[in-house]
Formats: sequence, structure tokens, C-alpha cells
Amino acid sequence: MHVRHLSVVDFRSYPTAELALGPGVTTLVGLNGQGKTNLVEAIGYLATLSSHRVASDQPLVRFGTSSAVIRGTIDRAGREVLVELELNPGRANRAKVNRSSVSRPRDVLGSLRTVLFAPEDLSLVKGEPAGRRAFLDDLLVQRQPRWAGVRSDYDKILKQRNALLKSAAPVLRKGSRRPRSLAPGEAPDEAKASALQTLGVWDSHISEVGSQLLYARLRLLRDLRPHLTASYDAVSASVSGATAHYRASLAEAPTARIAAGDVPEQAELRELLLAAFAEVRDQEIERGVSLVGPHRDDVVLTLGELPAKGYASHGESWSFALGLKLAAYQLLRNDLGEDPVLILDDVFAELDSGRRERLAELVADCEQVLITAAVGADVPEALRTTGRTYAVSLGEVRDVA
Amino acid sequence: MPPGRPGRAAYPVVSEVGHRLARVYEGVVQDLIDELGRLPNVGPKSAQRIAFHILQADPADVTRLAEVLLEVKDKARFCDRCGNVSQDSLCRICADPRRDQTSICVVEEAKDVVAVERTREFRGLYHVLGGAISPMDGVGPEDLRIAELMSRLSDGTVTEIIIATDPNIQGEATATYLSRFLKHMGIVITRPASGLPVGGDLEYADEVTLGRAFEGRRAVND
Ligand SMILES: Nc1ncnc2c1ncn2[C@@H]1O[C@H](COP(=O)(O)OP(=O)(O)OP(=O)(O)O)[C@@H](O)[C@H]1O
Ligand SMILES: [Mg+2]
Ligand SMILES: [Zn+2]
Repeated sequence: MHVRHLSVVDFRSYPTAELALGPGVTTLVGLNGQGKTNLVEAIGYLATLSSHRVASDQPLVRFGTSSAVIRGTIDRAGREVLVELELNPGRANRAKVNRSSVSRPRDVLGSLRTVLFAPEDLSLVKGEPAGRRAFLDDLLVQRQPRWAGVRSDYDKILKQRNALLKSAAPVLRKGSRRPRSLAPGEAPDEAKASALQTLGVWDSHISEVGSQLLYARLRLLRDLRPHLTASYDAVSASVSGATAHYRASLAEAPTARIAAGDVPEQAELRELLLAAFAEVRDQEIERGVSLVGPHRDDVVLTLGELPAKGYASHGESWSFALGLKLAAYQLLRNDLGEDPVLILDDVFAELDSGRRERLAELVADCEQVLITAAVGADVPEALRTTGRTYAVSLGEVRDVA
Repeated sequence: MPPGRPGRAAYPVVSEVGHRLARVYEGVVQDLIDELGRLPNVGPKSAQRIAFHILQADPADVTRLAEVLLEVKDKARFCDRCGNVSQDSLCRICADPRRDQTSICVVEEAKDVVAVERTREFRGLYHVLGGAISPMDGVGPEDLRIAELMSRLSDGTVTEIIIATDPNIQGEATATYLSRFLKHMGIVITRPASGLPVGGDLEYADEVTLGRAFEGRRAVND
């Protein structure tokens, strides 16, 4: 698939912008801060309903205005889909597909698929577990949009369960002499039994939905792993053994099994999660938060014998993050039978010349590649000469080739 | 506007700044706006719009509205048995001997009774819980009409319970809680089949979908 046309209104630095695109390589060149990333960010948003740079929509709306519009015409094997999004920070966003409104913006997921690699992705290797979990979950949703629902259900259940742990703590805590808010005639023991029963309900729901999410992540990682090793090696021209293991928050034995690559069935994962919750019950009550579950898990990236985090060089970390994104690209391409749109934001400047050339070769056969660079010369000759180049300056986009 | 002009009390004394509507009107008009603003889903702007509508309306219409408001508080109440809205101590459904006395449909709110009734799929009785378990909103099982439900089950007439709480996180949790609570009582517990919009609200499910969900209800085995 490829984006044929992008237009934005009051998005980031642009009052309006129109960008004609086509298959092959398109390079956006311009000095720092001129609005190159803003344009590819808009395309990424069309595909994922989120920005790769910020968690909230507010910074996406041009300063001083209250809503932004992103419109993209997507060509899928000759069939055209027009996706329109209206971003209204503080209020509900709205979406249209082929000019008719959809009931939830989430319903546009799947119309466009992108894999976006940007400097921020270095945190996949160097940063906190949350970024790696989000990488897996975002990819799950790109693969099958229905996972967006499971993911949001999990978040909601988790919030409810944490609220219960916090509010019921005085009743649940052992040896507490003064439980809060007893019903008339109710003995403290009954209050505790009732709170435990309610907690049991949330345990079973979080384990059910959590096991679905966990199962999906494990299968995803199993499918991703060979592509990761291959992509890393292809970019770095080495045999590095770059790979990824899932670190679950279950009991020791199943956690080790899963780290070794085993993917238990969902029903088993549900039981394992229930057991893990039972194990940490007292600590959870003490601390008032949920201490196990997919929201506490991590993906451990290793390069040969060593963990990438804390050991890999800057360039290696960069290549690892790139390897993860290229692996995601391969996976989606195999799954869907069509190419997602590959976006490389400011990638080439960070790579040595060998890696630049090899990356250029790797992406040469992708249906559509969008590249941004502050210095045009950083982008390998081969890519610049085959494609189209736009010069971006102060929010103006000019066709230069 | 020059301040203190007589006969203009209903107009803004302080102009509106941005979206914030502070107490900008005088006396009784502001009181009306404040009261309207406390209604569900009525924001400050809507409250102001309704207030001005009332100010300009025909006095007979306003009198009628005031009368109905007082009347509803005076005459309408909640059914002693099921918690549905009612004119008498028992609602029309509870008082109707033709309804199937062996089956109770448990819903969150009285408005859900209306939604299920519209489907014409269910001929039994109702029980309104008065909400759903939601720790984030400080609602636990003890805040729902569960004890009242238990006492309705004590004489053994009821053999089936349909838990028709909303198909969202809170509704599902409430259903699980209830089914665990009731499972040792020898009563068949079912839940309307899926097909209801997940994450949704029973009230907004269309009749056909909700009707089908009732036909295809499944046993709860949690
Ligand atoms: N909500 C907004 N309203 C107005 N301007 C904004 C908004 N968000 C970002 N900008 C402006 O957009 C510019 C950044 O654009 P962008 O990130 O696309 O730059 P770039 O061309 O990719 O630069 P670099 O080469 O440094 O990556 C900044 O000057 C910033 O002030
Ligand atoms: Mg940039
Ligand atoms: Zn009744």
C-alpha cells in the first residue's frame, strides 16, 4: 500500500499543507525545525492514532488553534481509501473513512499500516520496559486491529483493580484494628471477606484479559525473532545473534520457560497469572498496586551473550532499534501480503557509511519509503536519484525533483 | 453595557471570559442556571441556554413543567421489590400476575428495564441493582441492591437469574461477582449472549440485537 496524498490543517507547525506522494522513495530535506518530521508524524498518526513523539494530542494541534485535521488518500493495490481524522484535544476525536463517519476513531485502524523509525526509537534499546511493551502492543494492533480493544480493556481492568487495592487496603490489611466504612451491623471480618471476594472477581478478569494479551505478545515475539536477527545482521553485515526474550512476571519456572521461547496456551497462562496474583497478594495489599501481569513485563534484547541495554555501543543500539522496526516491517509484509509504508525519520545521519548503503539496499524494493533528512547528502545517492525529493522550509513544502 | 441600568438584571453583569461561566447573572436567573447545571449531561452552556428558554417561554408551559416536576417527586417512587420506577409500592411488572414469577432479569438501572421490555423477549420479573461494581467510582457490592435480591430468592420460587448488566468492564465484573455469589443456590444463572456491543451500554443496544442476545443467553460457569 502507499499514501497517494496527504493534507493537513492546523497540524503542528502547518496552517495547511498538501503533499502529493507516490510509490517508491520520497525524501523530505530541510534544515532543523522546518517541519519534516511533522509531516511523517501525521502519516504515522493516520495509521496508529498516536504520535511517535508525544503521548497526548495537544502538541499536535497548531499552537493557538483548537483542532487539527489529517487527511490521507491510501492506495491499496489500486483501491483507494480516504481516511480523515479530526483531532480535538480535550474532546472526542472524529474519524471518517471514504467520507462517511465511523462510530469510533479506532475503526479506521487497518486502513493504513506504517512502520516508522525515528530517533526516539533508540529508547527501545536504552529506555524503560514501557517502551518495549508499547512496541509489541502497537505491532499487535497493526497486525490485527481487534487487539486495540483487548489492550484498552486490560488498562481499564488494571485501573479498577488498582483502585480497589488502594481503597480496600485498610480493610484488607492484616491486623488492622479500624477498618473503614463498615455497613451497619457488619463485622470487620465480613468486610474483609467481602473485599477479598471483590478482589477475586478482578483477579479473574485481569487474568482472563491479561492472558489473552500475554499469549498474543508471546506469539508475536516468536514470529518476530527470526526477522530481528536477520535484519540486524543485514544492516550491520555481521553475524551478531541479535535476539529478544520475553520477561514475564509469573512464577520462576514458567517465567524461565517463556524466556526460553516457549509459548503456553492462553488457558494455561490464565492459570499462571491467577497463581502469580495469589502469590503476591499480601504485597499488593501492602502497596496498593497490581504487581504482576503484562503491564509489568519486559522484553530483554541481547546481542550475542550480552544484554543490549547497558552494553551495546551507540551505533549498535541504533542498529538494534532499526532491526526491530525492520523486523516489524517484514512481519507485516508477510502477514498482510502487501507492503506497509516504511518511514525513516532522520535515520541516515546516525549510521556509518556501510550501514547507510546496506539499509538503502534493504529498502529499495519496498512499495513506499518516506525519508526525512536535515542534510540531503546523508541519504545514499541511490535512494535520492530514484525517488522524489521535497525541500521543506518554514512549513513550506516544495517539489525539487 | 453601562452598569446598574434598571430592568436589565437578566443580562450579563460580568462578561463571559473564554468558556468559563462564573456566576455572571443576578439573583434568581443565576440560581436557575446553577440548578440546571447540576443535572446529568448539562454543562454550563446548556444550563444557560435552557434557562433563557424558560425565561422566554409561555407562562402556562412553565407552570406545567413545574407541576410535573413536583408531581413526579410526589407520586413516583421506586418499587419496593425490584427497584424499578413505580407509581405504587409495587411497579406494574411486579404487580402483574401473568409475568413469569420464576425468572428474574438483573439490570444496573431502571432505564435498562425499559430497554429489555422493548425487546418483548423476556416475560419474567426484574431486579434493579442501582449501578455496577466500579472501585474507581467508589462503588462496591455493598452499594448495590444485592441483599434485596437475596431475600427475593429465599423462598425458592425463582429458578432462573439472567444477569443483564452492561457489556463493559464494570458490568462484567458485577456479573461475575453475582454469579459467584449465587452459584450455590441451585439457580440457573445466564448472561445474554454476546453480540451486544462490547464496552457498551445496554440502554443503547438496539432492540433486535438485545432481543437476540436474550434468546441466545448462555449459562455462566465462572
Ligand atoms: N503544535 C505546534 N504548533 C506550532 N508549531 C509547532 C507545533 N508543534 C511543533 N511545532 C514546530 O514545528 C517545528 C518542528 O518541526 P519538525 O519536528 O517537523 O522539524 P524537522 O524539520 O523534523 O526538524 P529536525 O531536522 O530538527 O528533525 C518546530 O519549530 C516547532 O516549534
Ligand atoms: Mg525531524
Ligand atoms: Zn417492581
